[in-house]
Amino acid sequence: MLILTCPCCGVAAEETELQPGGEAHLKRFGPGSSDDAFEAYMFARANPKGVHFERWRHAYGCGKWFLAARCTATLEVFGTYSAQTKEPPAEIVTKIRAKRPDWAGWSA
Amino acid sequence: MSEPIAVIEPAGPQGMVSLRADLSDRAVAQAVTAATGCAMPGPRRIVAAGGKAVAWMSPDELLLLVPHAEAPGVAAGLAEALAGTHHLATEVSDARAMFTIRGPGADDVVAKLCPVDVERLPEGEIRRTRAAQVAAALWRSGEGEISLVAFRSVAGYVERLLEVAAEGPRL
Amino acid sequence: MSTRLAQGGRLIDRQKPLRFTFNGLPMEGYEGDTMAAALLANDRMLVGRSFKYHRPRGIVASGAEEPNALVGLGEGARFEPNQRVTTTELFDGASAISQNHWPSLDFDIGAINARLARFLPAGFYYKMFIHPRPFWKHVYEPFIRQSAGLGRAPKDRDPDRYEQAYGFCDVAVVGGGVAGLAAALAAGRAGKRVWLMEQAAHWGGRAVVDGVTVDGAAAEDWVAAALAELGGMANVRVKARTMAAGLYDHGYLLAYERIADHTPGDGRPRHRLWRIRAGQVIAATGAIERPLAFAGNDVPGVMLASAVRDYAVNWAVSPGDRTVIVTNNDDAYRTALALADAGLVVPAVVDARACVTGALPQAVRDRGIRVLEGRGIAKVKGGKRVTGVAICAQAGEGSVLEEIGCDAVAMSGGWSPVVHLWSHCGGKLAWDEAGAMFRPDPARPPTGADGAAMVVAAGAANGHLQAADCLADAHAAGGGTGAAPTAVTEAEAPLEPVWIMPQGAGPALRAKMWLDYQNDVKVSDVQLAAREGYESVEHTKRYTTLGMATDQGKLSNINGLAVLSEALHQPIPATGTTTFRPPYTPISLAAIAGEAKGELFQPLRRTPMHDWHEAHGAYWEPVGHWRRPYCYQRSGEGIEDAVRREVRNTRNGLGLLDASTLGKIVVKGPDAGRFLDMLYTNMMSTLPVGKCRYGLMCNEQGFLSDDGVVARLSDDTWLCHTTSGGADRIHGWMEDWLQCEWWDWKVYTANLTEQFAQVAVVGPKARAVLEKLGGDIDLSAAALPFMHWAEGTLGGISARVFRISFSGELSYEIAVPAGQGRAFWEQLIAAGEDFGVMPYGTEALHIMRAEKGFIMIGDETDGTVIPQDLGLDWAISKKKADFLGKRGMERTHMTDPNRWKLVGLETPDGSVIPDGAYVPATGVNANGQKNTQGRVTSTYHSPTLDRGIAMALVLNGPDRMGEVLDIPGIDGKVYRAKIVSPVFYDPEGEKQNV
Repeated sequence: MLILTCPCCGVAAEETELQPGGEAHLKRFGPGSSDDAFEAYMFARANPKGVHFERWRHAYGCGKWFLAARCTATLEVFGTYSAQTKEPPAEIVTKIRAKRPDWAGWSA
Repeated sequence: MSEPIAVIEPAGPQGMVSLRADLSDRAVAQAVTAATGCAMPGPRRIVAAGGKAVAWMSPDELLLLVPHAEAPGVAAGLAEALAGTHHLATEVSDARAMFTIRGPGADDVVAKLCPVDVERLPEGEIRRTRAAQVAAALWRSGEGEISLVAFRSVAGYVERLLEVAAEGPRL
Repeated sequence: MSTRLAQGGRLIDRQKPLRFTFNGLPMEGYEGDTMAAALLANDRMLVGRSFKYHRPRGIVASGAEEPNALVGLGEGARFEPNQRVTTTELFDGASAISQNHWPSLDFDIGAINARLARFLPAGFYYKMFIHPRPFWKHVYEPFIRQSAGLGRAPKDRDPDRYEQAYGFCDVAVVGGGVAGLAAALAAGRAGKRVWLMEQAAHWGGRAVVDGVTVDGAAAEDWVAAALAELGGMANVRVKARTMAAGLYDHGYLLAYERIADHTPGDGRPRHRLWRIRAGQVIAATGAIERPLAFAGNDVPGVMLASAVRDYAVNWAVSPGDRTVIVTNNDDAYRTALALADAGLVVPAVVDARACVTGALPQAVRDRGIRVLEGRGIAKVKGGKRVTGVAICAQAGEGSVLEEIGCDAVAMSGGWSPVVHLWSHCGGKLAWDEAGAMFRPDPARPPTGADGAAMVVAAGAANGHLQAADCLADAHAAGGGTGAAPTAVTEAEAPLEPVWIMPQGAGPALRAKMWLDYQNDVKVSDVQLAAREGYESVEHTKRYTTLGMATDQGKLSNINGLAVLSEALHQPIPATGTTTFRPPYTPISLAAIAGEAKGELFQPLRRTPMHDWHEAHGAYWEPVGHWRRPYCYQRSGEGIEDAVRREVRNTRNGLGLLDASTLGKIVVKGPDAGRFLDMLYTNMMSTLPVGKCRYGLMCNEQGFLSDDGVVARLSDDTWLCHTTSGGADRIHGWMEDWLQCEWWDWKVYTANLTEQFAQVAVVGPKARAVLEKLGGDIDLSAAALPFMHWAEGTLGGISARVFRISFSGELSYEIAVPAGQGRAFWEQLIAAGEDFGVMPYGTEALHIMRAEKGFIMIGDETDGTVIPQDLGLDWAISKKKADFLGKRGMERTHMTDPNRWKLVGLETPDGSVIPDGAYVPATGVNANGQKNTQGRVTSTYHSPTLDRGIAMALVLNGPDRMGEVLDIPGIDGKVYRAKIVSPVFYDPEGEKQNV
């Protein structure tokens, strides 16, 4: 049972109070975009064994979406943060680097 | 059957107004206080005064609890007071059902249904969560009493849930 | 024979006799007995038959690890199969029946399988029943199903109550032995919020049986003092009869509390399933003694040495007058002493070790008991109970040196720490050569959300089998400061691993050495698997079924993998263990369901008019969690007749539909128009205040997701209606885009679905009935034309009136506060009496919309349909640069002119085409299936036209008007249908625009 702290209201919610939303920090491609870019936006999802950034909604709580950085192998949570950002905050990236020195780093 | 550990009662019609706005905006705070007599609650807090209350529901949403008959007026009043300020004030009295859980086992009733550390739920905090399979919000509304709000359509389900959970013994 | 001793029994109260029955035979026990103790006290040695060979089996253990003694407990609705008598507390009136035998326990036909054992080796079923193929279904499977299986399933509804609850703590201590108590004391004294749980009803584990001295006191007294102290701590919760079933991600512990198993029908919940968020779990779960593998080790009367001791000390039960002890370690000598203390005879201790010099063996020798060094058991004599043992040299091949008469055998092959909780979430194990056991590897613990260890193993569960080490380890695990409790026990000499007895046993003996009692897996089966090429322990497990029974191999796994390792000529750690999975012991399905049964199985959503419908013959249709009337049946009326009546009455007079379930979402703000233009395929920002517009929503792939009518309430406010099933989903969809993509747009939304009751007032008399209600809204065609809305009061109730139609009739949809929905509905029913009003249900709604060619999300759409397929190009804005789904619709496959598109189908003979039927095309596809060129999406008998009508998606359908298709149904008939316009009724819209 994953337990994630919603950064919007501060509740440490268990998985049954949350709704998963897949990979975070996707860039939307709309009309005018190439087939390749659109395909990648629609279908190509990272599925790493290790550090991953995800969208979660505190569905049975404050209703807000937030983002989480966690390890898909050990389920260690490096942090949760606001959904109103295009990339993970520096302090979370620093924390991940310290804990996972071989991590390739975040890229858009 | 064991003695019930708490008494479950539908709270009857309860006026409720949902307000979505920038909660840090002074105009919003003034309008809310004017409408309810309550100070602005901080995150996850519920502030009560004079039979009315204001609950913090999310970073941009409050729930105002007022007498049922006053709710349409409060919603309209907020809309008027906040004209020109980006907001959404809607009456939601009839969209919700409210229950009180009263008795020595009130905490246990919640502990059987909600993934919440109710033992450590302080006075003045409102916790939004789920009760079994539906959304709910709850807070300590008095000595040995917890109030719980759910959606109207599942009021029958929630009432029965609470009654079943109130069957003894204590946890 | 087994019997009750005249004295002793620390757990029983001889003043409180209890009556129970086994296979109908009346028996007596005492309060404090387990059913196993009471059965043994009544000389009930044979309690069941094994799974595969139906061999006679008796009680082996004294706790949760028991593989054999499974019975059917209780009667009638409270009957429950496969219950372990070793963990069943006796109560007055209890009844048990043995299982897995026919016709009786003592004479069982299926035992013929045992004679055939050498023809039923590992993998027998896989090898035998594969050919000929058709035999599996008709011959083999029915036969196997009849002869396999343990207890029979109960037939009646469970009368008991079950519940779940959520718990929170800093430290959850699992295990109520001295280790668990020491850890809980340490954590509790440090002020931590502690849960301490013990699966049995009694505390103290082995120490209280083995006569350990703790802190200068008898273990019994120390345990009582510890419990008293813990009971006085407000921060500590102490739970007996509570088994930690499993540990899950982020320290989520599932615990199973057996509240009323021993007091059935007392009104309390029978079981309670706890979901505990634990900051840290201390696994003080002890260790389990291992059997030894010698021929005939499954004969009733062969038991674990520790169990024999437990029965003697805890329950004053003697498993036999003469008990031979067989061991590879010193601990088993405690059993010899305990039996001697009870005045029973121990003819010999058979020790596989060549040289036995420890203090415990010496104490045994001092009692005049023979200790046979370097010896093993060649064979157990006896069938349904032990009559003697044949002794051999452990180093040899089994030549019998002497025979000793006895009626019980107490065996000990060493101990295995209970590592389940450590392992459930990925904690790794290390092989301890000295102890011949796997123990938790502290360097590789299971980790939690913070990346740190979330389990600490303590005491025997951590491999510390000596009481002093065990207590020190547990004290440290609990974060104890100061001195740990001290213990005094006799020193023990090292054990010597023994996996087969004697080590050189030939095939005949190995085929009688049981590893897994419940599933009848023998040493020879594991060796055969190795010879046949099975190298992975996981594969061997599945091939031989070792460890796959209800006990999950608690006794057999380590012995089995040791035998496999020897057969593979590799060290035990190279073989490794199978995976430990929750639950530790079986838990009731009812506890997993908790309160979610009967009326609480799922939430039932009720509209404000639900009870009225119920009282007026509603035949319900589930729509999500809602219930909507499918139709209202009148007495003596069939469902189809009711539907037809409702359609005709609405088209010709006046119908009422409860439309409260429709989603109603308010969208407001300076950017609301811009936002809705992104959400809908058509333009909503240009909708004038006071007007309504039908809109489509697509996902980013361009596929239709929802539809509904949007009303503009004011300059910056819109009200979006969604489908009944779509309200929460679409509200979530809106919030997703607002929070995660366009967070700088000034838009607020509110889902007001449940704030309003909504009634569709439909039919030629709709305006008349509303005017009769009276109010301040001008409902005339001029003041309130089609696709406009107005608000005011109707019948004294504040209302918003939308002039919209999903039926093609003159129609008003009226929203009133939900609290007044029922009153409003009843006013309409009363006022409509003069106009022949009738309520109508969802089926009439569906038929009327199909007669008009209106699409229904979920019928005409299936997640792969774009609006263009449905002829809805008019609702897709050409002006907008972007909207959700626009890019998706531009993909080549979506713009392909050859797509399946919406048409109507008309049968010349008026028959109704089966729902979901496919339209075949010529040729076959790559899989050899017939090609298709379309499918039927909606099909009804139209009461208005009195014939079948259908809608279908057909390849290039709109270009093929008049063509006749052959559509096969699954009923074997072929339906002929002509392609026509999907609008069957009033194509000009004259009826709705009046």
